[in-house]
Amino acid sequence: MAMPVSYYLRTSKMPHIWCAGCGHGIVLGAVLRAIDSLGLDKDQVCVVSGIGCASRAPGYLDFNTLHTTHGRAIAFATGIKMVKPEMKVIVLTGDGDAAAIGGNHLIHAARRNIGIATVCFNNSIYGMTNGQYSPMTPTGSYASTAPYGNIEEPFDLCDLVYAAGASYVARGSAYHAILLWKLIAKAIATDGFSFVEAITQCPTYYGRRNKMRSAVEMLKWQKEHGVTVAGAAKMPAEDLAGKFRIGELGARTRPEYTRRYAAIIDAAQRGEGGERDA
Amino acid sequence: MPGSIEAGPAIEGRPTDNPVEINQKWCKGCDICVAFCPKEVLTRPEGGKAQAAHPEKCTRCGLCEVLCPDLAIVVTPAARKGASPRGQGGVSDA
Amino acid sequence: MPSKAGARLMQGNEACAEGAMAAGLRFFAGYPITPSTEIAEELALLLPKAGGKFIQMEDEIASISAIIGASLAGAKAMTATSGPGFSLKQEGIGFASYTEVPCVIVNVQRVGPSTGVPTAPAQGDVMQARWGTHGDHPIVVLCPSSVAETFALIIEAFNISERWRMPVVFLMDEVVAHMREKVTVPDVSQIAVAERPRPQVSPEQYLPYAAGEDLVPPMADYGTGYRYHVTGLTHDQTGFPTTKRIEVDALTRRLDAKMRMAAPHVTFVDEILVDDAEVVVFAYGITARAASRAVRDARAQGLKAGLIKAKTLWPFPDEHVRKAAERARAIVVPEMNMGQLVREVERAAAGRARVVGLSRVDAEPITPDEILARLREV
Repeated sequence: MAMPVSYYLRTSKMPHIWCAGCGHGIVLGAVLRAIDSLGLDKDQVCVVSGIGCASRAPGYLDFNTLHTTHGRAIAFATGIKMVKPEMKVIVLTGDGDAAAIGGNHLIHAARRNIGIATVCFNNSIYGMTNGQYSPMTPTGSYASTAPYGNIEEPFDLCDLVYAAGASYVARGSAYHAILLWKLIAKAIATDGFSFVEAITQCPTYYGRRNKMRSAVEMLKWQKEHGVTVAGAAKMPAEDLAGKFRIGELGARTRPEYTRRYAAIIDAAQRGEGGERDA
Repeated sequence: MPGSIEAGPAIEGRPTDNPVEINQKWCKGCDICVAFCPKEVLTRPEGGKAQAAHPEKCTRCGLCEVLCPDLAIVVTPAARKGASPRGQGGVSDA
Repeated sequence: MPSKAGARLMQGNEACAEGAMAAGLRFFAGYPITPSTEIAEELALLLPKAGGKFIQMEDEIASISAIIGASLAGAKAMTATSGPGFSLKQEGIGFASYTEVPCVIVNVQRVGPSTGVPTAPAQGDVMQARWGTHGDHPIVVLCPSSVAETFALIIEAFNISERWRMPVVFLMDEVVAHMREKVTVPDVSQIAVAERPRPQVSPEQYLPYAAGEDLVPPMADYGTGYRYHVTGLTHDQTGFPTTKRIEVDALTRRLDAKMRMAAPHVTFVDEILVDDAEVVVFAYGITARAASRAVRDARAQGLKAGLIKAKTLWPFPDEHVRKAAERARAIVVPEMNMGQLVREVERAAAGRARVVGLSRVDAEPITPDEILARLREV
């Protein structure tokens, strides 16, 4: 039964902290609609975040919420999932939080395929600290720490996480909010590690420094540059330049980590295995 | 008080016929809804908050609700109870 | 499901693991590092048997992060490392302290700084154990000097951590960690195990960071209907971020007061022959073993010596030092560092007795003769 988004909010904490036109609220809406469409019990949902604009999201959500240290949300979440595998553990993180300082935890959680759904609010900038470039900032873009233009290449974060072993990887955008909602729902429903990159806009820092004055303009950019996986397959390579693929990018079935560990506990308690080193 | 939630966004009175309700306290006036409403139902006075100026033109497509970064907009479903406007006829992005 | 009762020969790291199990450990996350790795290896074996969980994380920071998450989900949690890892874990330790999440961090000290001599003992992390992370924060640091003490004291570490909702650093050194000694494992019924205070109110009334007179807020586990918020940002009684000056001040002062209130309950010190001592040795860890021999030898030679063996380093046992300083003419502080706790001894003695350090930093434990020689000079 569809509940209004506000059912999942700590409304006394609203309005939220994000700037006018920031895409994070749109992505958060997709997250909450995804949780609603899965009919999850609030008491069994744990939302963990690191540090940054996106990481302020859990404070507004009526679940078990944890706002951790920069880049470490997935590692904290691993501890929670290991102790309470029956809980739905969701990590909300930004592009800097997940792909820069948090990169090691991201790829290892994917490698282990532990049941954590991670949503990366990718606005290609460090917003909380006033606009530095991040590992997801396009080459040539301007930022407070790239006054001559960014000379680095961004990750393809979805490819990276899928190559590391994740069970489900997808990309959506704030503009494609309904698709994003469906992708996030599928990610949360995935047994193993799932990852959704949500392209979103930061008008205040990324937009202002890169000639996109308004959130509306940035959403239009997302509309014009988001290409479905099927659509992209039919397009010649040169047309794909500067575009980003949206939709489900990778799915596989791999045993989920806490289930594998549960088998170890069963064996150990039957007295099997557990050889000391030779 | 943590975990306490009011029933819905703090909107004074919920006129039954108005398809679009905008929480004036949460709206930050970013103009996204105004710009992307296919029927130009929504407007925003200079320095003010979004308003459903032409509710009669609203098709309840729900785009404004899903694109609102402030989670301030609720589109009430059409006559058919239960069917969320977002579920059917929502703008397909894929 | 702790080990069976009775006498056993154990390595220090093994006693640390077994003691943790006896204390109710149910989650360990760690990363391989000499000289603490045996703790992880032991727990990888023991935890599943007790229905507990072990995970080797991708790095040191992931390990401290994972145990804080596990503790929030309701498990007694521990990690173990050595100097380099202890340095990396500091931000996480600060998070656990500020959010009052119970957890135990074992640091088996080795020669530092940097990579140093990984297989050799030192005591150079003593100040880091107290002040390693930024900002004023409460923390308790315990330090065993024998394998038997390791087993008994790690249980205390968990009890303190749960009772006071504080991270507890368990500071071992490579010798105590790797030597083997007899441990008489008590029967399960004799092992007192503390649990964290639980909310006595419904979720609607629950204020996650509102504390009574004992200054320790009741703690609900994630997933039990108390949907609350935990953040490393300064937070008020509701657990939500605040920058109001009165709240920022209140949190730091409550946590400080909590540590002071805990102090008498968490200060474990053995005093050997101190009452009539003219000279006293203040020692901890493996050095305390050499010191107890030096004290006996001094007595045999007619020199009235005594030993204060600190098993709690922080909060620092001021009282024991102050009392001893009133009678003895000098306090000798042997340490495998260039002089760290000696400063605290000097502060606590406040000029009432001469305080003399004895440093050894060549990767070998200090010997009884070296301590005896210093005792005869003062």
